[in-house]
Amino acid sequence: MSLSLDQVQRIADLARIELASGEAEQTRDQLNGIFGLIEEMQAANTAGVEPMAHAQDVAQRLREDRAVETDRHADFQKVAPEVEAGLYLVPKVIE
Amino acid sequence: MINASLKELSAALAGKQLSSVELTTLFLDRIGKLNPALNAFITLDAEKSLSMAREADHRLARGEGGPLTGIPVAHKDIFCAEGWLTTCGSKMLSNFVSPYDATVIERFKAAGTVTLGKTNMDEFAMGSSNETSFYGPVRNPWDTAAVPGGSSGGSAAAVSARLTPAATGTDTGGSIRQPAALCGLTGLKPTYGVVSRYGMIAFASSLDQAGPMAKSAEDCALLLNAMAGFDARDSTSLERPTEDYTREINAHGSTRDGDKPLAGLRIGLPKEFFAEGLSADVAQAVEDAIAAYRKLGAITVDISLPNMKLSVPAYYVIAPAEASSNLSRFDGVRYGWRAPQYGDLTDMYCKSRAQGFGAEVKRRILIGTYVLSHGYYDAYYLQAQRIRRLIAQDFVAAFRQCDLIMGPTSPSVAFDLGDKAGDPVQMYLSDIYTIAVNLAGLPGMSIPCGTGARGRPVGLQIIGDYFGEARMLNAAHQYQLATDWHRRAPAL
Repeated sequence: MSLSLDQVQRIADLARIELASGEAEQTRDQLNGIFGLIEEMQAANTAGVEPMAHAQDVAQRLREDRAVETDRHADFQKVAPEVEAGLYLVPKVIE
Repeated sequence: MINASLKELSAALAGKQLSSVELTTLFLDRIGKLNPALNAFITLDAEKSLSMAREADHRLARGEGGPLTGIPVAHKDIFCAEGWLTTCGSKMLSNFVSPYDATVIERFKAAGTVTLGKTNMDEFAMGSSNETSFYGPVRNPWDTAAVPGGSSGGSAAAVSARLTPAATGTDTGGSIRQPAALCGLTGLKPTYGVVSRYGMIAFASSLDQAGPMAKSAEDCALLLNAMAGFDARDSTSLERPTEDYTREINAHGSTRDGDKPLAGLRIGLPKEFFAEGLSADVAQAVEDAIAAYRKLGAITVDISLPNMKLSVPAYYVIAPAEASSNLSRFDGVRYGWRAPQYGDLTDMYCKSRAQGFGAEVKRRILIGTYVLSHGYYDAYYLQAQRIRRLIAQDFVAAFRQCDLIMGPTSPSVAFDLGDKAGDPVQMYLSDIYTIAVNLAGLPGMSIPCGTGARGRPVGLQIIGDYFGEARMLNAAHQYQLATDWHRRAPAL
């Protein structure tokens, strides 16, 4: 398998990472090297093997539906890039 | 004093021969002198550390101290600590002063330890050499031309150089064990789920686990006692009865069975750990350590982990897949880096992430995004998860024949800075012996067992069955009673 420049650009778009034009080629070459390693997996016979998502087979816990956290939004918004009146500010998305 | 064990420090503090303020000052002075050449710390705050030390001294004076009260501990900069800059080694979080404590930090505070500083690390814990840190590489105290390993390279270098009595690390594919091996110290990655991941900045959630890094197995056992325990805030935290991880060490200490304290212990030696790719100096030191274990009464059993060679490829699908999801939270909105100039919202995301993340982190996000994307999920992600099960089953079969598994931690001693930095695949292969343990969720540790090329340390890896920490720690402790590799410190 070998990724094309277009595919690398498409992945970068999905991942929301801007790639400078010169960067794309080097990234493609490095990713292709890594996928060379990953391809070794394809030789393994895994027919009938249940995929393992997690190290421990435990079910998610449930808890009573009540508020347990205190309101610390001011503390948490102190580390935000841009905040106004308790809201996070981003570029306009709706005209 | 800088070489004292935690038990000795604790006794000196309890006996008033030493105050926590004096001890903290001693290590802060040593950091001031030696850290500029090593770069083991990202953040130091003497005022905060000393205030914690004063508090510990009051607690000790009231007779309310525990085994770790007053002892300075350095924390990997992946743990959120309230009021401390918490960067995860990244420009993305270079302005992030955490508003809350990770559970690990909270537990160490409750035990009365002093936070000595935040240690350097590979960016978002992605690396095996500490060269991907936004804050620059860490140097190996044994030889400053060499890397300390990674990703917990700052913690490893700090303990090795005796800049701190103990440190915390995290291990997703070997990030505690490999730097412990390369810097000549003892490090333990517990069974998945034993230590809470709450407030520990996520890399690959199904693999990440925090653990102690210190000079000896006994020190690690004391530290793990403070770190481990159920936490409702981590959905993967395991509800188990509280364990005393020093119990086997203490039991054996009082009923020593002559020269054979490990009589009957079955050590499995996987043939895949001693095959091609292992350098001769490491092989020799590990074989010597195995011979020492036989002298202590253990018997060795040849075993096989037939799917181990698939662990690196499977890991480099699973870990990046989870990372691409976890790191989507860094978008320049709620915290972290935001690009100074941008157009619309998507452009703000793309530029903030392009500027905030380093090259290795971007590579892994891209790999993860691809293997999870439509049309590739089955061939990559599901195949990797099936291989993960095969690897876990290999261990289940192996532990029917033995109690512990031993082998090298790393295929070579510490390599030189720059040697592998340009070649991701070579870097990834340096974790060949550690990754399978994370995929299976088993506990693993590394202890110093000799030196190899250019006098650089070699680590012996000990892998236990699920929840086998106390047994592993005692096996390591018995070796450390009989040998002195763990007492050797670099000349600085």
